[in-house]
Amino acid sequence: MTIEQELANVTPEKLTVEHVSKWFRTRRATVHALDDVSLTVREGEFVCLVGPSGCGKSTLLNIIAGLESPDAGRVLADGKPVTGPGRERMVMFQESALFPWLDVLDNVMFGLKLKPQLKNQERREVAEFYLKLVGLEKFATANIHELSGGMKQRVALARALAPNPRVLLMDEPFAALDAMTREQLYGDIQQIWAKRRKTIIFVTHNVREAACLGDRVVLFSPNPGRIQEQFTVDLPRPRDINSVELAKHSTEIMRALKRHLRPEISEVAE
Amino acid sequence: MKRGLVVCGFAVLMIASWEIVCRLKIWSPVLLPNPLAVGEYLAQAIRDGTLWQATLVTTKRLLIGYFLSILFGVPLGLLTARFKFAEDTLGVLALGLQTLPSVCWIPLALLWYGQTEGAMLFVVIMGSLWSILIATDNGVRTVPPIYARAASTMGSKNFHTWIKVILPASLPFIVSGMKQGWGFAWRSLMAAEIYVTILTGFGLGHLLHYGRELNAMDQVIGVMLVIITIGLLADKILFSPWEKFLHRRWGTARN
Ligand SMILES: Nc1ncnc2c1ncn2[C@@H]1O[C@H](COP(=O)(O)OP(=O)(O)O)[C@@H](O)[C@H]1O
Ligand SMILES: [Mg+2]
Repeated sequence: MTIEQELANVTPEKLTVEHVSKWFRTRRATVHALDDVSLTVREGEFVCLVGPSGCGKSTLLNIIAGLESPDAGRVLADGKPVTGPGRERMVMFQESALFPWLDVLDNVMFGLKLKPQLKNQERREVAEFYLKLVGLEKFATANIHELSGGMKQRVALARALAPNPRVLLMDEPFAALDAMTREQLYGDIQQIWAKRRKTIIFVTHNVREAACLGDRVVLFSPNPGRIQEQFTVDLPRPRDINSVELAKHSTEIMRALKRHLRPEISEVAE
Repeated sequence: MKRGLVVCGFAVLMIASWEIVCRLKIWSPVLLPNPLAVGEYLAQAIRDGTLWQATLVTTKRLLIGYFLSILFGVPLGLLTARFKFAEDTLGVLALGLQTLPSVCWIPLALLWYGQTEGAMLFVVIMGSLWSILIATDNGVRTVPPIYARAASTMGSKNFHTWIKVILPASLPFIVSGMKQGWGFAWRSLMAAEIYVTILTGFGLGHLLHYGRELNAMDQVIGVMLVIITIGLLADKILFSPWEKFLHRRWGTARN
């Protein structure tokens, strides 16, 4: 199937988050992680969730992935309620979560082996294709511990892409990497997104990163986790994280972030 | 190659100093025979087949008991790690029984099974089963939960997750538990063979026992050397490949 055919038979609302709330009860206290969060993501959209740590971004992503269930509200994927994890929505974590007992190629093939309709030869070809896409075809037989942090995240990206999910959920995937590696990956992910037309939700606490990658930036505030504001970033792609236009957008988001974090202070200032 | 030379050189040095000590005549040759006498005993025992026979009997008991321990220990360990009920029952039982020195099973085994192969097997299994079970349980509990989460997003569920994710992820623990279990099995079997005479087969422990009865120190030392050699070989054949694989994959190699 070509990308166009795949796109033809889907609804424009790829993901709908409807009034989702979530509490975590621990022995000491109850944390109100998400409070009445609603969000709609269109097919093929690149949405960034940004906010300080602890504002429920990961929780929301896990709920969308089906790894956790909301205490109130629901999530729809293609109009159907999400009840558990599914191959249609692949997750990429901050730590690569690659399996150290498998080599690079077998890691990428893990999800493919769970598709019984594929032949082994096809699985191998698909895995090799995605390894090539992330530029690591030479490392197919390498062990995981032999890779650098950036390479690990590339393999994790290939592993997430290989079963061909329509939705990619990324939870601060580049947060542990150095600035240079990160910039390379910004380029890679934009290219892959453009080529394969995925719907991507990308969590980060880095406002500039969010402005660089997202069509839309959703700003969260903590205690309880809420959506405060949304920003559209309509800059042409591929975007350079160091460009001046981008800086304008990220400054605007940054101001809003500060305003929501300390409303009492900004009220005095303005 | 160089390591081989070092090992051989060290062995030669040990035997040489043994010979020197003998020549100094500090102890009577009845208590400390020279290397040649021990060598002669071994050569003769190999020729008349007793040594070969005893080794065969012992390793057969050991391998059967040990593999039964793995066969039950690993799945039961998975069970205690997975189900709270199994943890509170079987898990506690395993913890308790593991502290029991395996020699302590011998009287019970004799009363239950008499002087039979069954008693031997029972002692070997009781010696190694619990440590394998506990190591597996431990290994599973230390697996980072993110592995199972990642697998579940790729469509892995229940049984598949256990076999393809949890089990291999805890392999380093399981292998070291298997190694420890092997040590316990080996020790308990030797204790049992020295302690009990079983008419269906004379093992190395029995040879050792009769060496003492006959005051044949060359036999005692010779059989001890054979037991050491088997221990070393088992380590090389059974565990080295696994450990090499684990070190290579996980990147925990020493050199
Ligand atoms: N499993 C959990 N148990 C208890 N509290 C949790 C758990 N997961 C998250 N929380 C709490 O919920 C809040 C939101 O967490 P999270 O979604 O991880 O935030 P973010 O990803 O934005 O940093 C935090 O206060 C965190 O401590
Ligand atoms: Mg987080």
